[in-house]
Amino acid sequence: MTQTDVILQAMKKNAVDNGYFLCPDTQLLQDLIKGLAVNTQRYGYGSCPCRIASGVKTYDADIICPCEYRDADVDEFGMCYCGLFVRKEVHADSSKMRPIPERRPQEVQDAALAVAEGRQGTSDKHTGTSTPAVREEKKVKVWRCTVCGYLCARETPPPVCPICKAKAERFKHFLLEK
Amino acid sequence: MKCETVPGKRKNHQVKIFTLSTCGWCKKTKELLKALDVQYEYIDVDTLTGEDLVEAHEEVKRYNPYRTYPTIIIDNGNHIILGFNEKEIKEKLGK
Repeated sequence: MTQTDVILQAMKKNAVDNGYFLCPDTQLLQDLIKGLAVNTQRYGYGSCPCRIASGVKTYDADIICPCEYRDADVDEFGMCYCGLFVRKEVHADSSKMRPIPERRPQEVQDAALAVAEGRQGTSDKHTGTSTPAVREEKKVKVWRCTVCGYLCARETPPPVCPICKAKAERFKHFLLEK
Repeated sequence: MKCETVPGKRKNHQVKIFTLSTCGWCKKTKELLKALDVQYEYIDVDTLTGEDLVEAHEEVKRYNPYRTYPTIIIDNGNHIILGFNEKEIKEKLGK
């Protein structure tokens, strides 16, 4: 198997596990997978083919495919930023594929690109391993699969539980008691 | 900073696009401009290093603070199209 085949198979499995589908535009799908293969060769990790990477893994971690923004984008727009992962109805009608707004915060991207340009921020100089300070988690909802107990943090429950395949309606909003 | 020029018969606008070599939507944009026979210049920002990279980032940021790709700059910034906006590209450049 070539590297692109390996990536395609992994993404296919990831889509199925999460109740998503892969890009219905076959040419775009092929280009995105190829782009991921190039980035994997170039950086050592498969950062999003449609975003500019810094080349420093700690700063690109949020855009390594599948990116941190995928679930929220698929929830809101039916597809992720590059279009590799889509919801069922978009998969059935590729004319629904279109550019969507960038969810990655600008300050996160600016910090990453400053590193790429050799203008590393002062707060995390020389560490290379610390998480950039700007990347704080926002308050997100937590959902619990009532079938197997799987927990995930996102705005809406996933289409299927990646562990036990229970459908979205089997998820309940999970609240921690104070 | 080296730009690649793709020749075309339509030259009534100056078209410069900042793209990523790995991006499928950037590829669609290049293909659409080619199909419309629009002459354009492109810069694959992900293939740049050092001074060229800094220069490209600065230029993209001037027109598009979010630095998303493709960024399509028409007539030195008189009109900007962000992303593969097929309708807008056709309306602006396909006539």
